[in-house]
Amino acid sequence: MIPAAFDYIRAASADEAIAALAEHGDEAKLIAGGHSLIPLMRFRLATPSYLVDIGRLDDLTYVRDAGEHLAIGALTRHRDIEVSDLVMSQTGLLAEATRSVGDIQVRHRGTIGGAIAHGDAASDIPAALLALRATVVSKGPNGEREIAIDDFFSGFLETALDETELLTEIRVPKVPDARWSFQKFNRRAQDWAIVGASILLDGDRAGVGLVNMDSVPTRANAVEAALAGGADAAAAADVAAEGADVPSDLNASSEYREHLARVLVRRGLEAAGRA
Amino acid sequence: MDVSVTVNGTHQSHDVEPRTLLVHYLREVCGLTGTNVGCDTSSCGACTVHLDGESVKSCTVFAAQVDGQSVTTIEGLADTAPGDGMHPMQRAFMECHGLQCGYCTPGMVMAAVSLLDEVPNPNEADVREGLEGNLCRCTGYHNIVKAVLSAAEAGA
Ligand SMILES: Cc1cc2nc3c(=O)[nH]c(=O)nc-3n(C[C@H](O)[C@H](O)[C@H](O)COP(=O)(O)OP(=O)(O)OC[C@H]3O[C@@H](n4cnc5c(N)ncnc54)[C@H](O)[C@@H]3O)c2cc1C
Ligand code: FES
Ligand code: FES
Repeated sequence: MIPAAFDYIRAASADEAIAALAEHGDEAKLIAGGHSLIPLMRFRLATPSYLVDIGRLDDLTYVRDAGEHLAIGALTRHRDIEVSDLVMSQTGLLAEATRSVGDIQVRHRGTIGGAIAHGDAASDIPAALLALRATVVSKGPNGEREIAIDDFFSGFLETALDETELLTEIRVPKVPDARWSFQKFNRRAQDWAIVGASILLDGDRAGVGLVNMDSVPTRANAVEAALAGGADAAAAADVAAEGADVPSDLNASSEYREHLARVLVRRGLEAAGRA
Repeated sequence: MDVSVTVNGTHQSHDVEPRTLLVHYLREVCGLTGTNVGCDTSSCGACTVHLDGESVKSCTVFAAQVDGQSVTTIEGLADTAPGDGMHPMQRAFMECHGLQCGYCTPGMVMAAVSLLDEVPNPNEADVREGLEGNLCRCTGYHNIVKAVLSAAEAGA
């Protein structure tokens, strides 16, 4: 199907994009890879009057070692993250989660910033960033600010970004010695997760993020607490659905999702070496 | 708006609506109908072309986004290879019976060429996973995988 008509603005810098957003308010939308937005526009579920294209802001496309963390530019494509030696060796969980996004054509276009800014509970990347305790950096008319990933997802497809802000960087703590696992349950190879679980075990610190278990990407607080208290994999996984407001849809009832969460968290913990 | 794209090595410049999808630009504006549309959900890969050498689904890209870039379609693929007017991947599909009705074939071939570019010596699992974004309604996957492996061996 054909999207509704819009005016197209190519931004040559982050500041130009911010200025265009400030000028056009909620009539404008940023487009990065377009792999969440264009499908929505084709179904006319999104009908922005202005598209501000940030897809070619090359200065926001990078993976850098910044000491304690890796700094990843918001416009970095999934495929570049998936094959990055730095990402693989320092935050392997992110490489693994990224590899499970859609298919290779999708990963050639989609960006990490778009995957987060879209705020979709069904996306694989946010769950990995929750487990890794990442921080994001945004830029707006008043300059830059840092937002902890736990404060970023505020409601169904809603985030802490204001209308005139742009995501510029994702900071992912380096955990070269951690063990991790990314578990995704779907029906067909390229599909979105019905439920997914991102598991990170780094010494006595555990991070567990869940895909599609609430209206927003979720941290499994109860599992993390159980692990900190010395629980084994089976006992910790038992509380995987605790506290979540679990959706029910065409693919799965909420009861089935709760069951999947327990199974996937247990598998993930075992794969990451928790007895 | 004006959009300039190098398509199969030829410079194209046209005034198009911003909402024009790349696949419609290629088919309707450039007249290159080898690239097919198989779905409305970015799922099937029939529309796969190369954008600056990488496989992308041209139904999920606006022509405006690729202004100044370079696109290769199935029509231009043979030109990138020496010989008898067929790219080694196309020949491998023919020899291994990698097509039945042929609808998915342009997208499959473009996706496969891009895959071998990134993963030059794939095993069967690499090929199956690398082509997960391309659906064949005739379900001829077995021979498609064979064709890609044989092209890889021949150094396509
Ligand atoms: C067929 C298909 C299968 C897919 N399968 C999966 C899957 O299995 N798992 C998965 O996780 N994802 C999947 N995706 C989604 C894919 O990961 C997208 O690339 C990603 O969600 C969005 O990134 P984008 O750059 O394409 O964003 P866009 O579509 O360009 O933008 C998405 C939203 O984010 C906003 N935005 C983008 N960049 C910024 C920024 N820097 N600052 C502020 N706002 C911004 C836009 O305004 C828009 O609202 C799939 C997509 C397709 C088409
Ligand atoms: S037509 Fe593009 S993916 Fe189906
Ligand atoms: S050969 Fe018919 S769709 Fe693949």
